Amino acid sequence: MITSKTVRVTIHFFLVIFGLIWIYPFIWMVFSSFKTNNELLTAGINPIPESFNWDNYVRAWDSANFSGYFVNTVILTVSTVIIVVFLCAITGYALGRVNFPGRNIVVICIAAIMFIPKGYTIIPLFKIVNQLGLSNSMLGVILAESSGAHVLFILMFTSFFAKIPKELEEAAEIDGAGFLRTFTKVMLPLSAPMIATTAIMQFIWTWSSFLIPLVLTLNKPELRTLAVGMESFVGNYASDYAGMAAGASISLVPVMIVFIIMQRYFIEGVAGAVKS
Amino acid sequence: MSTIYIQFVLITHNKSMESLKKGREIVTKQKQVTKTKLSKRTKRRYIWAMIFLLPQTIVFLGLSAYPIIMSYVYSFYRWSGIGPLENFVSFDNYIRLFGDSRFWNAFLNTLYYVIGTTVISVGLGLILAIILNDARLSGKGFYRTIYFLPVVTTTAIIGIIMSSIFGIDGLVNELLLTLKIINLPIPWLTEGSLALLVLILVGSWKSLGINMVYWLAGLQAIPGELYESAQLDGAGFWKTLQHITLPLLKPMLAVIVLLSLVGGMHVFDLVKTLTDGGPYYATETLDLYIYNYAFSDAHGGSRPMMGYASAAGVLLGIFTFAISLAFGGAGFLGDIRRYRKERKKRREVTQ
Repeated sequence: MITSKTVRVTIHFFLVIFGLIWIYPFIWMVFSSFKTNNELLTAGINPIPESFNWDNYVRAWDSANFSGYFVNTVILTVSTVIIVVFLCAITGYALGRVNFPGRNIVVICIAAIMFIPKGYTIIPLFKIVNQLGLSNSMLGVILAESSGAHVLFILMFTSFFAKIPKELEEAAEIDGAGFLRTFTKVMLPLSAPMIATTAIMQFIWTWSSFLIPLVLTLNKPELRTLAVGMESFVGNYASDYAGMAAGASISLVPVMIVFIIMQRYFIEGVAGAVKS
Repeated sequence: MSTIYIQFVLITHNKSMESLKKGREIVTKQKQVTKTKLSKRTKRRYIWAMIFLLPQTIVFLGLSAYPIIMSYVYSFYRWSGIGPLENFVSFDNYIRLFGDSRFWNAFLNTLYYVIGTTVISVGLGLILAIILNDARLSGKGFYRTIYFLPVVTTTAIIGIIMSSIFGIDGLVNELLLTLKIINLPIPWLTEGSLALLVLILVGSWKSLGINMVYWLAGLQAIPGELYESAQLDGAGFWKTLQHITLPLLKPMLAVIVLLSLVGGMHVFDLVKTLTDGGPYYATETLDLYIYNYAFSDAHGGSRPMMGYASAAGVLLGIFTFAISLAFGGAGFLGDIRRYRKERKKRREVTQ
């Protein structure tokens, strides 16, 4: 569509300029994390720090307990990803490959959950976790994070498994594999791209989750995740902007790296979501 | 590897189809013999399917269905969240909500936010997607990554960074002062309407990338031949856009706008960390209003008001449902109309 060369150069020019402005908050964050608080106040708009010192990171990591927040976030995210991928894969397999009576009703019900109006479900969720006696443990947060029907992931797995030709399954059965073995040895390896998509989307989702960890750790500072810990950090050290930038970099840089490496799966998953 | 294997199976599958047709009669005869054996296999598969569905069912009933039901039940009680549910007040919480100006203020703020972010991020997302969809543009993946990056970052952290950038001595004011565009720093976050504007701008910045990817998915679904024939007819860029691209994207518009509206209705992380509803409730949205009544003392009382908060939650759920119904309903009716037209055409052809 774009024919002339000058037009194309102009487009590149604007895309680069706006792109720089677009991600400038992140650039600013990373540069600020190496500045001293004094420098931040006096340097004005000059983004480059005088020297790269890691003091802010040391302060955030040790005194502000970002080390604990980081470990909590990793435990929460990894456990949630494993649980959700496992649940969605087996649910999708049962729905996609076994034509049991009432199957269509189950699929319709799952899809309908997305649309029914919900109230403020975090209060009952909070109560259930308390009643299970998990209010003082990471397990409670993990359970709450893994809740939800994951409708999209289940439907994605269902349609993926449904498309695999029947002959593959029959061949495995002739070789003596039962239902479970066929699933673990033949079908699950085939669904690796689906697992990757689900895992990366759930990873980014849980890493960024705020309300559930906030509510479930209101009285337990030692269980806070990065997002929640950051908020309390700002409340306690309001004037430590450099420390704030370091804490924010600790929280954001890992998820950005994961995204940049795995973005193919993530963007395909998102695009697939809107198509269905 | 795996795709190659599937293709191989498919090819052998197609070849075997012909011989399968020939052998069908034999198979039907055999079927009667193996019927008992087959049903045993089927039965075992049904049992396995139930076992596979069990974990998700438990999680769903306990952690999804029960909370959804209870979120309605709580709304009919006066309840601080501690002790048993015993003070049934029927619709009292709802009546109080309807008379609470702070609730309607939060409702309006949510509405401004939702409309603002939807118009900005869906609109700009479309422009960006059209530019990035051009086959001859190099570096598409790079640009897509850059503009998508804010989407994957933790919203709560973004709120904190932005509250510093838009602070009175923050980056934005420093820049405007240095460029001599303004003489005095602008109180971005301490003046109500400006704070709401910042909230909308940051929200749009955060969600533009995802709308861009949605639009790209829609654009890639348009067959390339349409563009080729348009080019043969001598249509330029704008003519093609006006007569081919935009009309074909219309069904996508409803879906993307709907997703953006529903997402915006539940804005919480960003408001909580960027403005915390301030100054003086000027940016308090419904989700923050509910949170404040349920979990913090920011509502003025000393005890949490979980029943009241639940009622507000139900109202928010109903507002969101009404919006999706209006949009989804319109889309669904359009689908039915299109389907009927096609069926009519098909019938005419066969007749």
